Amino acid sequence: MTALTIILCLILLVVIIVQIGKVTELAAKIRGEEEVQERSNRTQASYMMIFMVVFLVASVVSAYYYKNWMLGYGPHAAASQHGGSLDYLFDITLFFTGIVFIVTQVLLFYFAWKYKAQKGRVAKFVPHDNRLEVIWTIIPAVVMTFLVVGGLDVWNEVMADIPEDYVSKLVPEGDNEYIEIEGTGYQFAWHLRYPGADGKLGTRDYKKIDATNPLGQVWTDEKNMDDFHPSEIVLPVGKKVRVRITARDVLHNFYLPHFRVKMDAIPGLPTYFVFTPEKTTEEYRQSLSEYPEYQQPDPEDPEKQLWQTFDYELACAELCGSGHFSMRRVVRIVSMEEYKAWLENQQSYYLSSIRGSDSDPYKDELLDFEVRERKQEFNDALEQALSAAEEDAKTIQFNYVNFETGSANLTPLSKYELDNLVEALNKYDNMTLELAGHTDNTGDPESNVVLSDDRATAVYNYLTSKGISEDRLTHIGYGQTRPVDTNDTDAGRQKNRRTEFRILTQ
Amino acid sequence: MNDVVTTTTYDEDVLIQELGYDDHFHDHHHGDKYQSNFIMHYIFSMDHKIIARQFLITGMFWAVIGGLMSLVFRLQLGFPEESMAWLKPVLGKWIVLNDAGIGTLAPEFYYALVTMHGTIIVFFVLTAGLSGTFSNLLIPLQIGARDMASPFLNMLSYWFFFLAGVVMFASLFLSTGPFSGGWTAYPPLSALPQASTGSGAGMTLWVTSLVFFVVSVLLGGINYITTVLNMRTKGMTMWRMPLTIWAFFITAIIGLLSFPVLVSGLLMVMMDRGLGTSFFLSEIFIGGQALEHVGGSPVLYQHLFWFLGHPEVYIIILPAMGIVSEVLSVHARKPIFGYKAMVYSILAIAFLSFIVWAHHMFMSGVNPFISNFFVIFTLIIAVPSAVKVFNWITTLYGGNIRFNSANLFAIGFVSMFISGGLTGIFLGNSAIDIQLHDTYFVVAHFHIVMGIAAFFGMYAGVYHWFPKMFGRFMNETLGKIHFWVTMIGAYAIFWPMHYIGMAGVPRRYYSFDSFQAFSHFSELNQFITIAAIIVFAAQVLMVINFFYSIWRGKVVTEKNPWGASTLEWTTPINAGHGNWEGNIPAVQRWPYDYGKDGKEFIPQIVPLAEGEKDGGDH
Repeated sequence: MTALTIILCLILLVVIIVQIGKVTELAAKIRGEEEVQERSNRTQASYMMIFMVVFLVASVVSAYYYKNWMLGYGPHAAASQHGGSLDYLFDITLFFTGIVFIVTQVLLFYFAWKYKAQKGRVAKFVPHDNRLEVIWTIIPAVVMTFLVVGGLDVWNEVMADIPEDYVSKLVPEGDNEYIEIEGTGYQFAWHLRYPGADGKLGTRDYKKIDATNPLGQVWTDEKNMDDFHPSEIVLPVGKKVRVRITARDVLHNFYLPHFRVKMDAIPGLPTYFVFTPEKTTEEYRQSLSEYPEYQQPDPEDPEKQLWQTFDYELACAELCGSGHFSMRRVVRIVSMEEYKAWLENQQSYYLSSIRGSDSDPYKDELLDFEVRERKQEFNDALEQALSAAEEDAKTIQFNYVNFETGSANLTPLSKYELDNLVEALNKYDNMTLELAGHTDNTGDPESNVVLSDDRATAVYNYLTSKGISEDRLTHIGYGQTRPVDTNDTDAGRQKNRRTEFRILTQ
Repeated sequence: MNDVVTTTTYDEDVLIQELGYDDHFHDHHHGDKYQSNFIMHYIFSMDHKIIARQFLITGMFWAVIGGLMSLVFRLQLGFPEESMAWLKPVLGKWIVLNDAGIGTLAPEFYYALVTMHGTIIVFFVLTAGLSGTFSNLLIPLQIGARDMASPFLNMLSYWFFFLAGVVMFASLFLSTGPFSGGWTAYPPLSALPQASTGSGAGMTLWVTSLVFFVVSVLLGGINYITTVLNMRTKGMTMWRMPLTIWAFFITAIIGLLSFPVLVSGLLMVMMDRGLGTSFFLSEIFIGGQALEHVGGSPVLYQHLFWFLGHPEVYIIILPAMGIVSEVLSVHARKPIFGYKAMVYSILAIAFLSFIVWAHHMFMSGVNPFISNFFVIFTLIIAVPSAVKVFNWITTLYGGNIRFNSANLFAIGFVSMFISGGLTGIFLGNSAIDIQLHDTYFVVAHFHIVMGIAAFFGMYAGVYHWFPKMFGRFMNETLGKIHFWVTMIGAYAIFWPMHYIGMAGVPRRYYSFDSFQAFSHFSELNQFITIAAIIVFAAQVLMVINFFYSIWRGKVVTEKNPWGASTLEWTTPINAGHGNWEGNIPAVQRWPYDYGKDGKEFIPQIVPLAEGEKDGGDH
């Protein structure tokens, strides 16, 4: 029914239009074609003038109304160092083109009106005027030269890569230090990466990408180990930033509108953009707070005004599929202190998500810093035990000595702690030890004794293989007889399964 | 100069008979037997005038489709909260209903609409519909030829275009939807079916359609070039050709040189899709899988695409410029100002159009140093463009201007070309382009300068040559309503987009809500959508006027209703195949003798008076 009504309305409309056409043609016949043409010339010419005035006024007034959105003016002045020069170029171009726009549009419509056809007039025969043509070839050429030179000057400065003598640092302090971060576009979000304490981004291999390794970082590259993946971009104000821009699947574009930063992200072809943020988020909010359009309550969070909830944003500016419009990340520009505080809370992606998992190539060995940390931990415990008076405090549990399930085979990582003990035994040559194994209460008590003794023996064998005299060591299996915690919970049983040593003499 | 009007009437038939060239046409074509039945006359016609009408009407069909698509996505942009459930009967599964019965446009389909809108308008409407129509209609008529050099290739040219249209139309009905990766079809998005549903069968059909389309353009182009070079009538030197012919001629050359490059790019994409090559693909991880392709460069595709893509905008605008030059001159009753400068600026623009392509790629990851050259060449184009604008304005100066629909659109063209051209100066300057690239500022720029302006050129041509095509006039009142609504409406649509673009809002966004920075313009977006609906309605008015006038319009009673000096108006009102019944007219002078020596106009076939210098010689 609605469809029928719509169709009927459309047909009616067509009929009306056709009738208008017919009527005007009939009227023209009655009045005489020439007179009608004459009248129409007069009215159309005056419409031209009216249009010109309304159009020019509307363009100026609307430009004034939207002035706060113009580049280089009002609240949206660029927040980066290079952005200002770009905004300035925009304004210069606007100035020149504005003049040309007004002059040419005025002449066009004015001439159209002025020289409307009138009976008894013949048009001027002016086929050309070389002098005039030379003038209006040269003027745009000169203006263009001016704009090109200005533009290229800015362009080459903005697009220049970091000078070679600059050093990338996570916390850039000196004049020739910068921070290099990475943005990787994928359908449909940005994955961000910071270089970690070494200031260097690790290498990547797209074939290594999987659910746990979203960027395909190569974990054998040491530079990768401290890289972290934050969920927002946080940068210290006033420091040079080089963004390494990549993509995982299709083209994206790393676009920071407030910083005048834009560069395609291309799979297989990393690009970059160098910029220096100049205004902290807080400063930008303060400058927005002066404008009425930002003094409205935020629809998302009515407690606050729009300027208070403002954030710099990262967007995608290259069509990348159906979710193209939703690739948002927040960008925060902060003081150096806040930046350092933020860094404190960031965890290396490798250590928090990869370390010890199957995809970790160093699963069976300790990294240098871990070796250092554990040695420190061991020595502290040992010193404490050596200086303790009571007998009970002379027992030290191996925290990192582990056995393969149900057997007495030491795992590869166990040797690091045992090596620390070897070192200590070499240092304190009077020290003798009892090595003891314990189990929880699962299984047969008899075989638990055997297993725990086997494990103590494994430690014993390792130590003697490292040249420690057999006289200084004894080993014993206590089975499940000496629990340190309850055997009713998993956590308790875990604690009861242990290997330890007791200092007999020192 | 002269205050006395002399309305001399010329007996054209006598002039043609006495001075024209006898090619024994009637000895060979007794009664035009080879196209005497309906099918040969109207469908597989080899008459350039029929083929021109076929191009025009097919172009209008596509313009309506492309325009309707833009309305659907404008509704999404202007009224994202409104239910689109009422479109469900038409769009089916692409309108997603929620539990409350509120219908939303599926984002994939939004992108498909944007892509199809661009492809259809750029290629099918503004290339085939504009250049195809008027090159076919005017080249033989205005240079004094009986038809194209090869009427058969000309017919094939149309039917390849038709085939391209059929394939593209079919792709709209795919269950995975038509191609949705933007009219530029950048890989990897376009190359990987797993990247987007539209990149599956939709992309295959899109490429197939465009290949057919390029065949059409090449067949047409070869024909236009050959015809202009070889089939000009006696006396029609190059410097006596109307600017329309210059424009079509140069357009055809540009098309011939650039379209094959597009095809090579598209074929390489197809090989990357199907044959495992890696021209444009490298190190891609998608859909949970690392692809084998390494070493390709997506940027290479962009070079190939824009090597066509940029000349393409001149393929679109040059014919419009030619038409406007002609229409302005005829209706201002004045010679086009600076004829030779106009020709040289067409040549300069055409040459420069081949060395500016990478200005579309400043932010694509090409070496920034290379961009220096492209900035320089790009901004140099402003000079010949400015020359053309000044010449058009000066053509109006001192004229005796008739305001009919054709001339209104020609004047409107100049206004649009100024407004849209000036914003090109911002975008061509790479430093400013950092911020403006791929924002609504670009959308505003190219829609005004090559979308609206080219449409205006086309409308000027349709209103002006309608009497030649159909022997009737289009209705003037409706034409004027059409003009004013379109003129005001088009500015209302695209002018505000400059402000949205300056604020940094990116184009091709389905919704602006996810970003604080882009969400400030809902009122403006509503305004634009409403303006777009009104402008579309005005185009429907034009279509109605067009078809009504074909059968019921005011009948043309004199051969030369506009008092134009060019040859097409010396043919019979409803000229048959072969255009002139007797001799082919011989040309004696340049085409712009309006208001010379006190005469209203002097047709090209009138011999120079004693001691008279030909107007083109300077």
